[in-house]
Amino acid sequence: MLIYWANDEYSITIFGHTFFRFFPDWFYNTLKIPSRLSEGMAFHFLFMWFFTLNGIFYVLYTIISGQWHELVPSRSSFKDAWLVLLHDLRIRKTAPPQNKYNAAQRIAYTAIIIMGIGSVITGLAVYKPVQFYYLTWLCGGYHFARILHFALTLGYVFFFIVHVVQVVLAGWNNFRAVISGFEVVNEVMVDEVINENNKPVIETTNNDENAG
Amino acid sequence: MKTQDKKPKKELTIEQKINRRNFISFTAFTVLAAGAFEGWQWLYKAPEETAGITAGARKPLRRALNKTELFFRRFFSNNNLVKTYPKSMAARQVRTNSDVGIEADKKSDPATWKLQVNKKGGEVLQVSLQDLMALPKTEIVFDFKCVEGWDQISHWGGVKFSDFIEHYKLADYTKMEYVGMETPDKAYYVGLDMQSAVHPQTLLAYEMNDKPLPLEHGAPLRLIVPVKYGIKNLKRIGSITFSNTRPRDYWAEQGYDYYSGL
Repeated sequence: MLIYWANDEYSITIFGHTFFRFFPDWFYNTLKIPSRLSEGMAFHFLFMWFFTLNGIFYVLYTIISGQWHELVPSRSSFKDAWLVLLHDLRIRKTAPPQNKYNAAQRIAYTAIIIMGIGSVITGLAVYKPVQFYYLTWLCGGYHFARILHFALTLGYVFFFIVHVVQVVLAGWNNFRAVISGFEVVNEVMVDEVINENNKPVIETTNNDENAG
Repeated sequence: MKTQDKKPKKELTIEQKINRRNFISFTAFTVLAAGAFEGWQWLYKAPEETAGITAGARKPLRRALNKTELFFRRFFSNNNLVKTYPKSMAARQVRTNSDVGIEADKKSDPATWKLQVNKKGGEVLQVSLQDLMALPKTEIVFDFKCVEGWDQISHWGGVKFSDFIEHYKLADYTKMEYVGMETPDKAYYVGLDMQSAVHPQTLLAYEMNDKPLPLEHGAPLRLIVPVKYGIKNLKRIGSITFSNTRPRDYWAEQGYDYYSGL
């Protein structure tokens, strides 16, 4: 949040009228972060390395382990995702059949990778618009690249909120599975079965392995 | 032959396996989470750097800024030019953000003003505005970028810094690593790496929108260095120095990146 101390540049202004300020004064004052741009930038330019490398390692892992099969949307995912949404919003009673991740998750987890790549590209376009002029051109110019970069950041906030709410709703056993990497499925009344291969035996709860 | 006095290990029950794996996973998770938390605490509470050429940033963050500079300077080339625009797109109302060193009560008379270039052995080269205006004029219309996040297309005219160097036979000095510039009252000052200073779009500007520079934009002469953020574009240049160490820099002393290159 520190990085968005920016002299109130972050607002939606059309024809001189400011419709919406992303960071009004009360926002800075409540969080006690006014006038800390240099500090925010310093954090930004350290954590950009961390996030980028983390993203690269994660993608490499999914490729090497073959987990990407579970994460990339399949042909039916886009249709099923809608049904999942209706189900999660308690509008529909049943959810479509799924593997480790449901259709909505597949789309979300793939989208977040694409967003991550987008953030790196728009970030470089804003960071070095002269040296990486071709990236800036690709992003529709310096100013538009900034807007995209910021919009993607809002996207992460949205993803994060939905994600945490979903984890809470999914309950303890799901969270336990997220941490330990295996699921406990009650097969016959008392007996419990360990699902070693991390593939569902009968039915799965939402199994979010990585929290974005 | 092995003795068989040890009892064969009992097969773990499924419940025991579950508990064991849960225990290992959650221990690892807790340790990692605590590590991440401690790491953040360490960084957030890290002491501030010793005030010098740079100041005001946490030690590890300053280190990261300097290392990041080294990494990205590999991509710097004087063949990479900032994008230019047609004159018609230049702003009429040009934004001003700061008047440090050029406050209204500090009068400046272009007729008596002289640019001082500090040479080796204490020799000082004095250049008047007329001298500069006699040199070939270069104009640029580009998107001026501020660290605060705003940018504005503006139009400037003046002498290319590299032309200035050539005309006054200062080429030897460009073998040094840095250029320092200060306002006449020494209240505002910047340091530039030599590459950025001799970049073909770096200007000693005396015109804005085809007119002499207004006072609030740094009359009579200001630096326009499109490969840097606005903070490096010093207004009202008083003196120029060359050095192999970083010259003092106003905003680098307040926690900003020294390089601040684009």
